[in-house]
Amino acid sequence: MSSRQRIIVIPAYREAAMIGRVVHDALGVADAVIVVDDGSPDRTSDEARLAGAVVIRHVINRGAGAATATGIAAATRFGATAVVTMDADGQHRAEDARRVFDRLDRGDVDVVIGSRMLPGQGGNMPAHRVLFNRIGNLLTWILFGVRVSDSQSGLKGLSADAARALELRTNRWEFSSEFVNEIRLKKWRLAEIPIQAIYTEYSLSKGQSLGGGFRTAAKLLSRRFLG
Amino acid sequence: MNPIQIVLVLFALFAWSRVLIGLRRGTVTMTPFVLWSLAWAAVIVVAVRPETTAAAARVFGVGRGADLAIYLALMLVFFLVFRLFARIEGLERELTRFVRADALKDIAGESKGR
Repeated sequence: MSSRQRIIVIPAYREAAMIGRVVHDALGVADAVIVVDDGSPDRTSDEARLAGAVVIRHVINRGAGAATATGIAAATRFGATAVVTMDADGQHRAEDARRVFDRLDRGDVDVVIGSRMLPGQGGNMPAHRVLFNRIGNLLTWILFGVRVSDSQSGLKGLSADAARALELRTNRWEFSSEFVNEIRLKKWRLAEIPIQAIYTEYSLSKGQSLGGGFRTAAKLLSRRFLG
Repeated sequence: MNPIQIVLVLFALFAWSRVLIGLRRGTVTMTPFVLWSLAWAAVIVVAVRPETTAAAARVFGVGRGADLAIYLALMLVFFLVFRLFARIEGLERELTRFVRADALKDIAGESKGR
């Protein structure tokens, strides 16, 4: 592989209002942006395409995990040398995605997680989000034996090899924890870098609700013990 | 017979008829059909002659026949719910694989090599 091919993957569902700006910013730090429209009934695909993204479409909604995995598979087909996933709601800064790419470029890690919980950064996460996140980290640790500071982060980076080897089976939000399990199974070298999340009323309305959190926990448990 | 016995027998017959229809339509295969037929036949026997459960209850060390029947029924229900759950999860994964293959098909032409 001679030329560097940085690809950003953005799973999106009903994000027509925000996706254009997110794609525009992402294109500033990547060679290509793939938006996986997860069966949105709105103009998410059109807006993403207008902003310059390659759009891949799920004919029906399969969840953020499924869309992320589809996007990563597409990125490897496009010959990505590094893949970074980002949320479509605008909570991640393109600047942080660039730092994840840079960290991967050093070649000593396979996977990078952009953490909202590391000291020095963040501090702007709403209290209930911090609590959800701690519970997610704890569950991830108990079930999969890997300690990370932000298991639920949507900003993640994978080397080309890791992107090719990644196997995600869960479809919805629980894939973040499953991703951590992949780190353990595949013995990937992990780095966490602090990132700053931008919380707006819009992005908060899009995130995981309390009920969703319980469902995620239940699915994770069943995934761990029932295969 | 008490009303409850009649209800139980009618319900068991109804449930068994659903299994039989499934078998004829091909949605239920032979093994589950046989197992379900035995289960519903057992329900009918127990409903008509409740004293048969007393003998079984003594063998298992449960006080009353009716209690044993409820324990077994609960276990069966848990098992079936678990199986349904596992099967739905499997279907969800298959569905995702299908949707993904369809989505990636569109970019096959753009990808380098094959």
